[in-house]
Amino acid sequence: MRVPLSWLREYVDLPATETGRDVQAKLVSAGLEVETVEQLGADLKGPLVVGQVLTIEELEGFKKPIRFCTVDVGQANGTGEPQEIVCGARNFQAGDKVVVALPGAVLPGDFQIAERKTYGRMSRGMICSSDELNMGDDGTKGIIVLPPETEIGKDAVELLELVDEVLDIAVTANRGDCLSIRGVAREAAIAYGLPLRDPALLDVPAPNAFGYPVQVTDPVGCDRFTARTVTGLSPEARSPIWLQRRLQKVGMRPISLAVDVTNYVMMELGQPLHAYDRKLVEGTIGVRRAQPGEKLVTLDGVTRTLDAEDLVITDDRGPIGLAGVMGGANTEIADHEDLENATTDVVIEAAHFNAVSIARTARRHKLSSEASRRFERGVDPAAAAAAAQRTVDLLVLLAGGTAEAGVTEVVAPSAPRTITVPADHPDKVAGVTYGRETVVRRLQEIGCDVYGQDELVVTVPSWRPDLTDPNDLAEEVIRLEGYENLPSTLPKPPSGRGLTARQRLHRRVGRALAGAGYVEAPNYPFLSEQVFDQLGLEADDPARRVVKLTNPLNDEEPALRTSLLPGLLGALRRNDGRGSHDLALFETGLVFHPREEQRTAVVLPVDRRPTDEEIAELDAALPEQPRHVAVVLAGAREQAGWWGAGRPADWADAVQAARTVAQEAGAELIVRKGQYGPWHPGRCAELAVTVDGAERVVGHAGELHPRVLKALGLPGRTCAMELNLDVLEQVGHDTPRAPRISAFPVATQDVALVVDKPVPAAEVEAALREGAGELLESIRLFDVYENEEQLGEGRKSLAYALRFRAADRTLTVDEASAARDAAVALAGERTGAVLRS
Amino acid sequence: MSAPNKSYDPVEVEALKPEEIERMRDEALAAFAAADSLDALQEAKVAHTGGTSPLALANREIGALPPHAKAAAGKLVGQARGAVNKALAARQVELEAERDARVLVEEDVDVTLPYDRVPAGARHPLTTLSERIEDIFVAMGYEVAEGPQAEAEWFNFDALNIGPDHPARGEHDTFFVAGPDGGTESGVVLRTHTSPVQIRSLLERDLPVYVICPGVVYRTDELDATHTPVFRQVELLAVDEGLTMADLKGTLDHMVQSLFGSGMKTRLRPNFFPFTEPSAEMDMVCYVCRGESVGNPDRPCRTCSSEGWIELGGCGMVNPRVLTACGVDPEKYSGFAFGFGIERMLMFRHNVDDMRDMVEGDVRFTRPFGMEI
Repeated sequence: MRVPLSWLREYVDLPATETGRDVQAKLVSAGLEVETVEQLGADLKGPLVVGQVLTIEELEGFKKPIRFCTVDVGQANGTGEPQEIVCGARNFQAGDKVVVALPGAVLPGDFQIAERKTYGRMSRGMICSSDELNMGDDGTKGIIVLPPETEIGKDAVELLELVDEVLDIAVTANRGDCLSIRGVAREAAIAYGLPLRDPALLDVPAPNAFGYPVQVTDPVGCDRFTARTVTGLSPEARSPIWLQRRLQKVGMRPISLAVDVTNYVMMELGQPLHAYDRKLVEGTIGVRRAQPGEKLVTLDGVTRTLDAEDLVITDDRGPIGLAGVMGGANTEIADHEDLENATTDVVIEAAHFNAVSIARTARRHKLSSEASRRFERGVDPAAAAAAAQRTVDLLVLLAGGTAEAGVTEVVAPSAPRTITVPADHPDKVAGVTYGRETVVRRLQEIGCDVYGQDELVVTVPSWRPDLTDPNDLAEEVIRLEGYENLPSTLPKPPSGRGLTARQRLHRRVGRALAGAGYVEAPNYPFLSEQVFDQLGLEADDPARRVVKLTNPLNDEEPALRTSLLPGLLGALRRNDGRGSHDLALFETGLVFHPREEQRTAVVLPVDRRPTDEEIAELDAALPEQPRHVAVVLAGAREQAGWWGAGRPADWADAVQAARTVAQEAGAELIVRKGQYGPWHPGRCAELAVTVDGAERVVGHAGELHPRVLKALGLPGRTCAMELNLDVLEQVGHDTPRAPRISAFPVATQDVALVVDKPVPAAEVEAALREGAGELLESIRLFDVYENEEQLGEGRKSLAYALRFRAADRTLTVDEASAARDAAVALAGERTGAVLRS
Repeated sequence: MSAPNKSYDPVEVEALKPEEIERMRDEALAAFAAADSLDALQEAKVAHTGGTSPLALANREIGALPPHAKAAAGKLVGQARGAVNKALAARQVELEAERDARVLVEEDVDVTLPYDRVPAGARHPLTTLSERIEDIFVAMGYEVAEGPQAEAEWFNFDALNIGPDHPARGEHDTFFVAGPDGGTESGVVLRTHTSPVQIRSLLERDLPVYVICPGVVYRTDELDATHTPVFRQVELLAVDEGLTMADLKGTLDHMVQSLFGSGMKTRLRPNFFPFTEPSAEMDMVCYVCRGESVGNPDRPCRTCSSEGWIELGGCGMVNPRVLTACGVDPEKYSGFAFGFGIERMLMFRHNVDDMRDMVEGDVRFTRPFGMEI
């Protein structure tokens, strides 16, 4: 809501010295979010005067038509001689009154006006457009043509009210009353402790039976309808400058007198109004719900198919307006250029519609208007009659019309709303002792009637439909007493239990990966399903089942991720493109899977706690959202330098990242050879854990498939790992038991075993570990060797260092050898391993 | 064992002349002194103390001496050998020390060489700033609560007193999840704030409830220098008997003091949110200029644009209607809540100029933040 300070001052006698910034500070502390104070005309300097165009000479031979004009500016130029001005605009003619900037004037944007030679003539000033004066939209974008009666030589800065301050207020959804100058003026009056001259306090004639016939068949949707008629409007009448300027300052475009007046009164009082061309309305005006499928062409030219819930205004033919949202084209006030069909008689509608009904209609038709915004947020029903009266008065005054005596008023009976609240309730909410007297005074200031002692019975004013609960009244008292005066105290929560195991794990995983050189890169979860083809997923891969958005930001990315890799690989590619080539990135975050059986999440009641069953049902309608962890690597894992060669990132780094995560989770990770879409078929590890006795695959790691690298434009040998962190957490334990530390000497035995190449080292190690028995302290693979001549074709040698130790004695060589032999024997039995000779 | 030698050779006895023994000793000492390396000393050692060295041979001759001469000769040779061994040991120590000193000099390195063999990783500052804030409240006794990001509309709106027709519902710029048949009526949205976690906390936990709810939230804003459709919030909820707005104010003051240092304070301005009543916007005093740039054109402040205050987020007393929807008796309990965006705080706390830097995952942005902030 834009509020010109000059307009505000009409209803509150703010001290003359108060600037827009001062008023802003007062209103902000009272709760109105004044975002900016626009200084109109602050960079404007005269002389700027009214002139009359005397002659126009069209200059030929230039790229665009140019006019050389003489303009009578009276004595304003000091000589009384016509001013010679070269002008490129064409929407004026000889005899028109215009605004002239004389040499020495400075227009907005530091535009200095001086005598200068242009297009072969001397130009001594400028004929101004509304844009050049920063006046806001007047619908023409051209030269301002003033009413013929405007006095020549008059100061145009004053005439056009070019200097003003405009408060721009972001009105919150509960304060529909402040979508009007009246409402803001009331807040300003309270904030300054000054009286308000309420523009809605008008003498309004009593309703009678001679008014325009109105029939409201839906009193719930429309609890008030006032109709007034004005006849004999002059088709030539235009909105006066002051009215046009006020509309421009609040951000509206002047259109025609009748429309401008209804807009003006809406801005002034907050009551949306509509003017029907009386000769186009046929019969009784009605208010009812639409028939499903009924059609209406609204003022914006759109044909709308109506819903049974839409509230419409009708005449004998059918709908003539979408109630409270937008009028219909079939009863539109004639354009003021169209003198043949000029509107001379109008019916004024000032009605009050149900907020929810208007909100739904506006949403259904994606049609938000100045009227619907106000009705949705609450309009003062008691101001309707005054608003109609004000409209009638202005039309009579400005258009020479005659107010008909008939006054129609259809009102559904209603009682004033009261709230019962303990007098000390605001004190309890604030933690401050205001006392009953202060509470009552503050409530009266905002227009409440207050009765009672300890228990207050508060009747709220008609313009504050947002006041419904005791806390609403508490807020009014506290804000007027000043939020800035609230004390600062600390509550004493009971002792907490700290972070949960899950939360600690998430932090630990992040630290462990960062400690291993990975940089965290969180990504958006939006993706295109095309990425699954690029990743080489099978047609029936479950990861292809996605949750989709109905309104994605980018139509090409409507799906939510089922894997962290697309986003993380995107970040890798972005970094690579920006010249960082040695990359190790990680991300932890949620992925989204649709449920097998999808259903709609119902809306539960809010007047009680939902049952546990209801909550469970709601949760079952949500997508599954497990937390994943992923890493991607490219380029060098270890840099080359003065210490020697570097080392490229490879599949083993990716697998190791999985082991790092599993170790933090305290989960035993099973690593085995696997094959899965995005990964190189020979360099892919399948990662599994044992859940309730059954193995479950929780992810993959390794080098990515060259085809995937090509499809996604990734650097060569990019590696990746992704794990379901939730499952790891589920099987993990975070309280390791202390090992027994033996002080007896260690016995070391190295063995080199030859096996077929496809035999996984993990199986050999597992057999050695089991075969070696209790005395084995540790085992470590220290070499892998392949040589056809020495080992035979398709064979490899695995060299292990075994360390034996007993808890209670020094092992003899024989004991250690026996354990080693047992280990080798079991490895031989399980994997065909033989000792290398 | 053979019998003592009774015969002697007058010629060989010459070797045991005292002058001869002294000469042998002096030669040995001279050789040791002349040895300039451990290797040279080793050679001299063999030459002068080895089995074929003159003194060793002389020693062997003692047995051939007449009995009366044996004692004197033995003493003579013994003293000479003692002196030689002592000199050898001393020279050995000397040369070793020299060698050690030389080796240490030779092993000198340039300690200024860089060592970025495995560049350090880092956690994202949005993560660590969120944790930092969580820790402040965990230390006070609050617990951290989490919830789903694809959330039921009832949790995200209705339970928070944002009914289906509430104007605020339209202002949330919500991402809607498609329904089972691809239609719009799924009843599921990407949560627009972490407030649904407050509802879940009230439903799941025993009273009193003191929780902090960090997490990712979504709004349909295009990415630009100051907006991102995916961002992080931290919200706080306290529901107990007798909580007041003054408690809310004190809790906010405590937070900004913990994050920005002592002397920091907050300011509340009236506002409207459906889920709190009374509601407020919260500002903190600018931690850079502490308000001193206001009306002081000579000392402009970039951080607060010389406003003196920095806008943090929204807060208020939990609307009793929200408590009712969660089965909490509003006659007995009251509560307060606040929430703010981590991105914004990161921007002004760490001088980040462009929101895009935080979401693009550029390692050059993230690395300097390390493990904690």
